[in-house]
Amino acid sequence: MVKAENVRKSFGKLQVLKGVSLEVKQGEVVVIIGPSGSGKSTFLRCINHLESIDSGNVIFDGQPVGFKQLANGKVMPVKGKELCQLRSRIGMVFQRFNLFPHMTALGNVMEGPVTVLGKSKEEARHLAEELLAKVGLADKAESFPSQLSGGQQQRVAIARALAMKPKLMLFDEPTSALDPELVGEVLSVIKNLASEGMTMIIVTHEMGFAREVADRVVFMDEGKIIETGTPEQIFTTPRHPRTREFLSSVLRGYEKVPYPQVG
Amino acid sequence: MQLGPLDINFILQILPNLLLGAVMTIKLTFFAIVFGTLIGLFVALAKISGIKILRWLGGLYTWVIRGVPLLLQLMFLYYGLAFAGIVLEEFTVAVIGLSVCGGAYIAEIIRAGILSIDKGQMEAALSMGMTYSQAMRRVILPQAYRRLLPPMGNEFITLMKDSALVSVICMTELMRAAMLLQNATFRPVEIFVTAGLMYLMMTTVFTTIFDRLERRLAISDGD
Repeated sequence: MVKAENVRKSFGKLQVLKGVSLEVKQGEVVVIIGPSGSGKSTFLRCINHLESIDSGNVIFDGQPVGFKQLANGKVMPVKGKELCQLRSRIGMVFQRFNLFPHMTALGNVMEGPVTVLGKSKEEARHLAEELLAKVGLADKAESFPSQLSGGQQQRVAIARALAMKPKLMLFDEPTSALDPELVGEVLSVIKNLASEGMTMIIVTHEMGFAREVADRVVFMDEGKIIETGTPEQIFTTPRHPRTREFLSSVLRGYEKVPYPQVG
Repeated sequence: MQLGPLDINFILQILPNLLLGAVMTIKLTFFAIVFGTLIGLFVALAKISGIKILRWLGGLYTWVIRGVPLLLQLMFLYYGLAFAGIVLEEFTVAVIGLSVCGGAYIAEIIRAGILSIDKGQMEAALSMGMTYSQAMRRVILPQAYRRLLPPMGNEFITLMKDSALVSVICMTELMRAAMLLQNATFRPVEIFVTAGLMYLMMTTVFTTIFDRLERRLAISDGD
């Protein structure tokens, strides 16, 4: 579904991604963890080309995202319609929701299908109502984002991304901007998506959630993938000392109340 | 009939001339606002675009226009171009001069408005597969519009008052109508008080409209 090969990216002199390779199969849920500044969000943003890559390859659904090779061997950046078309099949959920404040919840969800996919208002409204119900916000359709809590806004944002019928969902720290009591409602929506077989890449600091939802956990540090494994393996027997160090620092809070074992 | 220092009968006599001038002022202001806003929008988009030459051209335009007196620009357009063999009607020159000048200021207002919108809005729009222009039209500009209203109202009032400057290129709008009457009658008090009141009425209409618009947006916005 997605294949990233040796992706490199610098901001000025700072090299943020130092050759990241990752393959995600259809239906797989990959959770990326790591200290802040490790490049996980940047990597996620390279997948739908919100950040351009300096070198390497990103292939989504068989099509190159960053650069494509022409028949004569020349390398061209992918842009314009082709890029928009690619992006429309990759849903993205942001840390700060980024809902459109001048549209209602319903309007936010309808926007993509109407503007990008050219669907009729009628059809889009139907779909949007369905999706808002799915994230538990059927009664908030006419509310503006400023009238919703952070958790509700994030759920609308998820519905908005789903309205494009994406093949892949990217979550960029979806709960980091939320009050602690609102985290659960967003995570449960994402869990439902996982159980429906949605392919997802999730960057998160919620270790309990990572452990529960991931098929595979990726640990990144300083622009590189340090370790990849099943949640069981990463969280109980991390191989790399850096992974161990990171986990012991973030899991300290969990020691007293062990996260309930799932499955 | 006398009202303090003002001779009301005389005012009634000069009123038709001044009203004709005021109508011309309104016409000029209207065209200047329409074309100035169009120019401003395109220049603002050029100045924030990823294309270097467009950014440079936009920067040059605002730099020159904002850095040179409007009076000089009008004189140059009218006399300078005529000297070079390009003769334009007074009205055309006046509209071009005012809209080109207003456009430079409006471009800066619109640019600042667009840049004030959170970067995440553009990213969210692009991530859904919108093109840059779809994102601008559907997401960024509607939000910028709300923030633009107060400074735009201000700029429109400035344009209306600046339209008085086209009197120097023999365009008979309100200011020149007043000056012509003054030359013919030497009664500055009645003439300029009346013309001044007319300007005040016209600018008041603007402020009222913009106050209303702002209030309506504040209600529908919810934040």
